[in-house]
Amino acid sequence: MPDSLPSDSVGLVSPQTIPFDEPIELACGQSLERYDLVVETYGTLNADASNAVLICHALSGHHHAAGYHTMEERKPGWWDSCIGPGKPIDTHRFFVVSLNNLGGCHGSTGPSSINPSTGKPYGPDFPVITVADWVKSQARLADRLGIQQWAAVIGGSLGGMQALQWSLDYPERLRHALVIASTPRLSAQNIAFNEVARQAITSDREFHDGRYQDFGVLPRRGLMLARMVGHITYLSDASMGEKFGRELREEAYKFGFDAEFQVESYLRYQGERFSEIFDANTYLLMTRALDYFDPAYAAGGDLAKALAPAQCEFLVLSFSTDWRFTPARSEEMVNAMIQARKKSVMPK
Amino acid sequence: MRPDLEIIQQWVQPGNHVLDLGCGNGTLLDFLQRERGATGFGLEINPDHITTCMGRGVSVIEQNLDTQGLDNFDDGMFDVVLMTQALQAVRRPDKVIEEMLRVGREGIVTFPNFAHWRLRWGLALKGRMPESDALPYKWYNTPNIRLCTFKDFEALCRQKGIRVKSRRVVDGQHQNSWLARLWPNLLGEIAIYRITRENAS
Repeated sequence: MPDSLPSDSVGLVSPQTIPFDEPIELACGQSLERYDLVVETYGTLNADASNAVLICHALSGHHHAAGYHTMEERKPGWWDSCIGPGKPIDTHRFFVVSLNNLGGCHGSTGPSSINPSTGKPYGPDFPVITVADWVKSQARLADRLGIQQWAAVIGGSLGGMQALQWSLDYPERLRHALVIASTPRLSAQNIAFNEVARQAITSDREFHDGRYQDFGVLPRRGLMLARMVGHITYLSDASMGEKFGRELREEAYKFGFDAEFQVESYLRYQGERFSEIFDANTYLLMTRALDYFDPAYAAGGDLAKALAPAQCEFLVLSFSTDWRFTPARSEEMVNAMIQARKKSVMPK
Repeated sequence: MRPDLEIIQQWVQPGNHVLDLGCGNGTLLDFLQRERGATGFGLEINPDHITTCMGRGVSVIEQNLDTQGLDNFDDGMFDVVLMTQALQAVRRPDKVIEEMLRVGREGIVTFPNFAHWRLRWGLALKGRMPESDALPYKWYNTPNIRLCTFKDFEALCRQKGIRVKSRRVVDGQHQNSWLARLWPNLLGEIAIYRITRENAS
């Protein structure tokens, strides 16, 4: 909690819920009759609506990207370091839009929302959403906000996939795509980690085939394990070593199986906290969206060919310590852009 | 306008697709984009330079020639591959030149002449490693690890079946001088070469 708001903060912000009553057709063949998207905006849209920037969140992200909801809030939005007056995504210049994606669990319509046809939560009946579906829903959001063309669409990881998808599906509707620590498709190893996470959730006794809400329970244990596995993949061996090493919580081994190493207690803490705030069905859905993402597939696996429609300029960034979506995955994208003669920059 | 840019510009045709190896802050590519309608990319490893390139709308890729080469570029992808004042700083200039002419039809290379009279003078009389405007570093901190003379470079080209289409010799301020034209390997400080494969048109 800040005593006073920092001068480079967007300050106190409130999310708004925007209802969409026109049905949306999804890649899976199903459609949603109506849906809500929860949105936060920072800065001011200029007269010709040319300064709008869309922030796309990753797996466990949400609409609260910058500023504080209340003075009591412990931490600001998840990308507060980059969004604000004078920050890299400068709210003096840009009108920043951040939303919770369809299928999410932070207010936008998702598996924990009430299914109008049954009066009960969707649960496992909520359709599997793809990155392209998200982009479609975001395009409708742009229409609603009066934004014909984004100055930039920005995202990391799963969010970067959305930025890339935007450049292909609505090439004339964005001037820049910033694809950060992302990949043009998941590797077998990436999918394998997602599968372990999903198995952890679905094998939890409280999962009840995804209808845990009907039973008034939550598959906390499974979600916690899923997050623990995920968390290992988000941190590099080196950064984990630096943060925890082999440090013990107490001085000596206890010859038992409780959390004795600091890294164990850290992972348990992260997992437990996550299991209280995140919806298990949303986690399944988000990991599936990651698995399915493969824009080159329709072009016979040729990413350069898939990129042909793109008109925007690209910024492709990666982190040398990232072993999940390594710099090599970003290089794949950049090489395809070189082939397709797209304007791109790629610092690591 | 810097005379070397003026010379390079004349060798780039309007609308050419170019690759600039070690593009620095993007001055040359920016210039070619505006003056010649060129398209293309620069390769650079200095993060500040990369940021400057982005700011001026020059497409840049973080890529180290020594470790990554040009493997990610297809044969003949570019009309012209440029390399200004970087040849002497790569580990294997011979391989870089071959790669330049694999991915591009033509190469434009500039580098400082280690046989310039002032450098010869410094070494011969003072017995110290030479320094000059074009080579302002100390022997222990210089990035220029593969210095050569114009004659050395031309010998390498002959050995590799590379044809020198044109050569311009300038002084340390990139000015043309008739003396340097007269006796280049002694009086020229920087050379700008336009090269191509022997069997190319």
